[in-house]
Amino acid sequence: MTEHDEGADNVSAPSRVPGQLTRREQWLRRRRRRSATVALASTALTFGIVIAVVTGSSGWPKVKALFFDPARFKDDFPELLGYLWVDVKLFLQCAPLIIIWGMVIALCRNTRNPVLFPLRVFAAVYTDFFRGVPVILTIYLIGFGIPKLKLIEGDVHFLGFGGAWNSPYLWGPIALVLAYSAYVAEVFRAGIESVHESQRAGARSLGLSQTQTLRHVVLPQAVRRVIPPLMNDFLSLQKDVALLSILGIVEVFRRATSIKDKTFNFTPLVAAAVIFLVLTIPETRLVDWYTNRQRKRTSGTVIT
Amino acid sequence: MTAKLRIDDVQKSFGGKHDRKVVLDHVSLEVGEHEVVCLIGASGSGKSTLLRCINLLEPIDDGAIFLDGVDISEPGLDADPIRRRIGMVFQSYNLFPHMSVLENITLAPTKVLHHDKAEAREAALELLSRFSLADKAAAYPDQLSGGQQQRVAIVRALAMKPELMLLDEVTAALDPVLVGEVLNVIRDMRNEGMTMVLATHEMGFAREISDQVCFLKDGVVLESAPPDQLFTAPAHAETAEFLERVIASGRL
Ligand SMILES: Nc1ncnc2c1ncn2[C@@H]1O[C@H](COP(=O)(O)OP(=O)(O)O)[C@@H](O)[C@H]1O
Ligand SMILES: [Mg+2]
Repeated sequence: MTEHDEGADNVSAPSRVPGQLTRREQWLRRRRRRSATVALASTALTFGIVIAVVTGSSGWPKVKALFFDPARFKDDFPELLGYLWVDVKLFLQCAPLIIIWGMVIALCRNTRNPVLFPLRVFAAVYTDFFRGVPVILTIYLIGFGIPKLKLIEGDVHFLGFGGAWNSPYLWGPIALVLAYSAYVAEVFRAGIESVHESQRAGARSLGLSQTQTLRHVVLPQAVRRVIPPLMNDFLSLQKDVALLSILGIVEVFRRATSIKDKTFNFTPLVAAAVIFLVLTIPETRLVDWYTNRQRKRTSGTVIT
Repeated sequence: MTAKLRIDDVQKSFGGKHDRKVVLDHVSLEVGEHEVVCLIGASGSGKSTLLRCINLLEPIDDGAIFLDGVDISEPGLDADPIRRRIGMVFQSYNLFPHMSVLENITLAPTKVLHHDKAEAREAALELLSRFSLADKAAAYPDQLSGGQQQRVAIVRALAMKPELMLLDEVTAALDPVLVGEVLNVIRDMRNEGMTMVLATHEMGFAREISDQVCFLKDGVVLESAPPDQLFTAPAHAETAEFLERVIASGRL
C-alpha cells in the first residue's frame, strides 16, 4: 500500500541456523543461569548465617548433646521409623471419612430446600462447635468420655477401627474425624459458593435438575478448586494424628517421648520431627504437581 | 394455529418492598413456529430478563407464558421438562470449564434424555463437524477462541433438539472478526426452520434475519413490527432515537 509497508516487509527476521540458539533462546538461557546462581548464593549465605549464629551461641554445646546426639539418633531413628506405620494407618483411616463427612456437612449447609432447614442449622452449629473447640480437647472428651458411657459391652468393628468398645483406636480416630470434618466442610462450602451462578444457569437451561447440576457441574469444579487448601488440612491432619497419643496410642511421637523419658535426651524427638517431615514433604510436592497439571490441562496458556 | 410461544402481559420486578424495580412491564409477544424474533433495546431495558423468564430461570410476577398453547409459567410447575424443550445460549457462553467440548455437549443428552453414551457422542461429533468444530471435540473451553466457545455453546443447546432457541446477545462478548462466524451459525439455524428469540445489538443482522423486531425500553415493548417497517419507518420517536444512536456508533 505504502512505501512504509514495503520497507517493513524487507526487514526479515534473523534466519534460524539449525543447532544454534536463537537470540531469544540465548537470552532465556542466560537469564536461567543467572537466576540459578543468585538463588544458590543467597541460600548458602542465609544458611551460613543461621548455622553460625546457632553454633556460635554459648548454650550450643549443651543443646547439641541434648538434641542432636548422632549416636542416639542412629539408634532411635530406625526404631521410631517402625512406628511410622501406626501414624500412616490412622491417617488413612481418618482421611476418607473426613472427606465424606465434611462433604455431607457442606451439602447440608448449602441446601436451599425449606424442608431441610433443620439440617442447615445442624451443619452451622456443628462447624461452629468443632472449629471452636481445640482439637486436643475434642480428643480428650470423646476419647475418654464416650467409652465411659458404656453404651455397648464387648467389641465393635467398623472399617478397620476397632476392637474393644472403649479402645482408643476407635474413639481417637472418631474424634479426629469429627473435628477435621468441620474444617473440611467449610473448605468445601467455600468451593461450592465460588462456582459462578452462570454455571448453574447454563446447566439448568439444558434441563438438568438441581441435583444433577450439583453433581455434574458445581461439585466437580468446587472440589478441583479446593484441592490445594484441602491438602493443607490433610497435611495438618497427618501431624495431628500424634495428638491421639494422649489416649495411649503408641505411635512415633509417643514412642519418642518414652525414649526421652528413659534417657533424658531429646534426640528421639528430633528424629520424630524428621520422620514427620519425610512423610509430609512428598505430600506437599504432590499437591503442587497436581495443581500445575490441572491448570495446564484445562487452559491454553500458563502464565508463569 | 396457536403460536409456538406466547407471552401474555408478563410483569417482572426485582428488589424488595422498598426498592422495587419493574424490569418487565406488561410485556406481550407472540412467536410463530419457525419464526425469528429479535429483541432490541438499550442495555438494561430487560432483554435478558425476558429471555430468562421464558426459560423459567426467573419466576414472573404476573401474566403468563405459553409454549404450544400450554401455560408454562404456572406456579409450582416442574420446570425441568420444559427447559429441555427450550435451548438457551448466553452472552458469556456458560460452558463448563472442567469438561471437554464433547463432554459439555453430551452431558445433557445422556443425563437428561438418557441417551446412550456412544449415540450422544456420535450426534455431538456430527453437530460439531457441521459447525466446523470437529477438531475441537477434545479441547477444553479455555483453549478455544471466544467465537469457537460461543459456537460450542450453541451446539450444546442444539444437541438437546430444542423446539425453541433463546439467544442472549451471543455476539456481544466477541471481537468483530469473530462475530461473523457466530452469526453464520444463527443464519443456518434459521434456514433449518428453528424458532428463535434473540436479543442482539447487531442491527444489520436483526434486520436481515428476523420476521419481527421488538424494541424494548425500560421493560416496555414500545414497538413490535416487521424489520423493514421498524428500521425504516419506526412508529415511535423513541425507537427512531435509539436507532439513530446505534447508527451513530456504527453498528448498523
Ligand atoms: N437478578 C437481578 N436482581 C436485580 N436486578 C436485576 C437482576 N437482573 C436484572 N436486573 C435489572 O433488571 C434490568 C434489566 O436487566 P437486563 O434484563 O439484564 O437488561 P438487558 O439484557 O436488556 O441489558 C436492569 O436494570 C438490571 O439492573
Ligand atoms: Mg442482557
